[in-house]
Amino acid sequence: MKVSAVLASKGNRTFTIEPGALVEAAVATLAANNIGAVIVVAGGGLPTGMLSERDIIRKLASDPSTLERTVDEVMTFPVICGSPDDDVESVLRTMTAERFRHLPVVEGGEIVGMVTIGDLVKAQLAELRGVAANLETRLLES
Amino acid sequence: MGWKAGDGPLRVAIVGAGPAGFYAAEALLKQADVPVSVDMFERLLTPYGLVRHGVAPDHLKIKTVTRAFAQTAAAPGFRFFGNVEFGRDLLLADLQKHYHQVLFTVGAQTDRHMGIPGEGLARSHPATAFVGWYNGHPDYCDLEFDLQQETVAVVGVGNVAIDVARILCLSHEELLETDMPEYAIDALSRSRVRDVYLLGRRGPAQAAFTNPELKELGELATADVIISKDEAALDELSREELEAANDRMLARKVEMIAEFAAHAPAGREKRLHLRFLVSPLALVDDGAGGVGAMTLGRNVLHRSASGALSAESTGETETIPAGLVFRSVGYRGMPLPGVPFNNRWGVISNRRGRAIDTETDETVTGEYVAGWIKRGPSGVIGTNKPDAVETVAAMLEDAAAGATWGPSAPVETAVVALLRSRGVEFTSFDDWCAIDNAELAAGQAASRPRVKFGNKDEMWRCLGREGGRAAG
Repeated sequence: MKVSAVLASKGNRTFTIEPGALVEAAVATLAANNIGAVIVVAGGGLPTGMLSERDIIRKLASDPSTLERTVDEVMTFPVICGSPDDDVESVLRTMTAERFRHLPVVEGGEIVGMVTIGDLVKAQLAELRGVAANLETRLLES
Repeated sequence: MGWKAGDGPLRVAIVGAGPAGFYAAEALLKQADVPVSVDMFERLLTPYGLVRHGVAPDHLKIKTVTRAFAQTAAAPGFRFFGNVEFGRDLLLADLQKHYHQVLFTVGAQTDRHMGIPGEGLARSHPATAFVGWYNGHPDYCDLEFDLQQETVAVVGVGNVAIDVARILCLSHEELLETDMPEYAIDALSRSRVRDVYLLGRRGPAQAAFTNPELKELGELATADVIISKDEAALDELSREELEAANDRMLARKVEMIAEFAAHAPAGREKRLHLRFLVSPLALVDDGAGGVGAMTLGRNVLHRSASGALSAESTGETETIPAGLVFRSVGYRGMPLPGVPFNNRWGVISNRRGRAIDTETDETVTGEYVAGWIKRGPSGVIGTNKPDAVETVAAMLEDAAAGATWGPSAPVETAVVALLRSRGVEFTSFDDWCAIDNAELAAGQAASRPRVKFGNKDEMWRCLGREGGRAAG
């Protein structure tokens, strides 16, 4: 299964923020859209970083003024990007090994979506359920 | 006003009678929280979509899933309307008048192009056209394929590509064990195809076919499977991935491929060449406007930062003979009139099965999707079950919240009257049962599992309704 199959039923919006924006604004975006991370993009290009809830909380623990800082001071970078053609299984292994949870997906020089580790695990589970459903019908009907 | 409890059943229209449509109907009719009635509309006269017209005609066991679908069709509250095309016979506005919700399960109806020179030459076809043809799909049954060619290249190593290659290699006896229509058996029995090339962009460890499909190739009566040792051997990256994956099935697949490579061919009449790490670069004109050969580029695997292995050209090329070409390099859905479409993924724009506006991402009330038109072409038939269940959960949740269409005439008889007034000659599920029984009887008479009707006219004749829509 490819990453594109996960993106196809995820809606079309990806949430981005400028590196110079305040963390406060990022927090508002995260809360308003019920998401865990935003892609940091300078001037509409490719991702320059990721800003996740974790990044913010970790920074906040040592620096109470985090909300007034700019996004690029808190974000994680460099960011690993994927392609719609990537195999879900390979990407999942990389996310587990490298301990990151959000993967911006890029094609032809533009961001075309983002998948979370949760999306990929869910997709893999659905695939396995599908195989199980196939086997079940064959056993019951033969 | 949207649907509310006490209004009578939640009236759902399902457009498309393939696996996703039937799994969704099952999920809707099996639950007890919301009373539901389902009307299923299908463009063809017959139900079951790709189970009837896509699943290989020698994979009859897979088709037994239709028994579960038939049980759903027999449930109270379910009606089937065949030969009704959405956007032609029935519009979105009609559905909004008579239903609370519509679920689109129309599949991925077009194939992707390779985008290489010579693709438009004669005898270069989408694999789906050939699959439709040998499966008796009325849209494809009149096509002709030049099976007098001795060499065929099939581009892709997914299950469609594997099916096409295998079908091309079946002996007459093996063909008789299938449920193909007679015209296909005749043409394939007279085939002069000797060499079939299956072309995979990546290596053995990335091939999409399953182990049983691979094993089957080795059991063909009149064809040898030929794999070169070089191409069967794993590169460093694949070896690492195989180790990290710790996947017994994948390890077995790689092993089986190596076993094929180690075996000397038995000298059978046909040869099925399984090629890895090659991409078609061009189809070569035979001098008469037809394809005569194919230029292949050799690939090497590359690992991206995300960990995925992709094919990259080495710059090396080779040419193989190919008098007939079938491409199976991906599928896309087609836009439906009035329904939001995502052109990038080739699906109806949706979030987890709820249709959404392509521009604003806002939910579109009353419209839902499941199956390939929701997630793109991936997975096995059973994958559509959890997929449909997810969508149905969203439908029921929205219904409970009253977020549905507010139909002006949500009554059973309205749609029948509407179709009749438009002169649409539709088939019922009973009509399908009559067609089904006739095909099975024809099969029994010929000592075959089933003999499919060759076209729509034969089906109308079987129903005693000569002409059908064509004459009306």
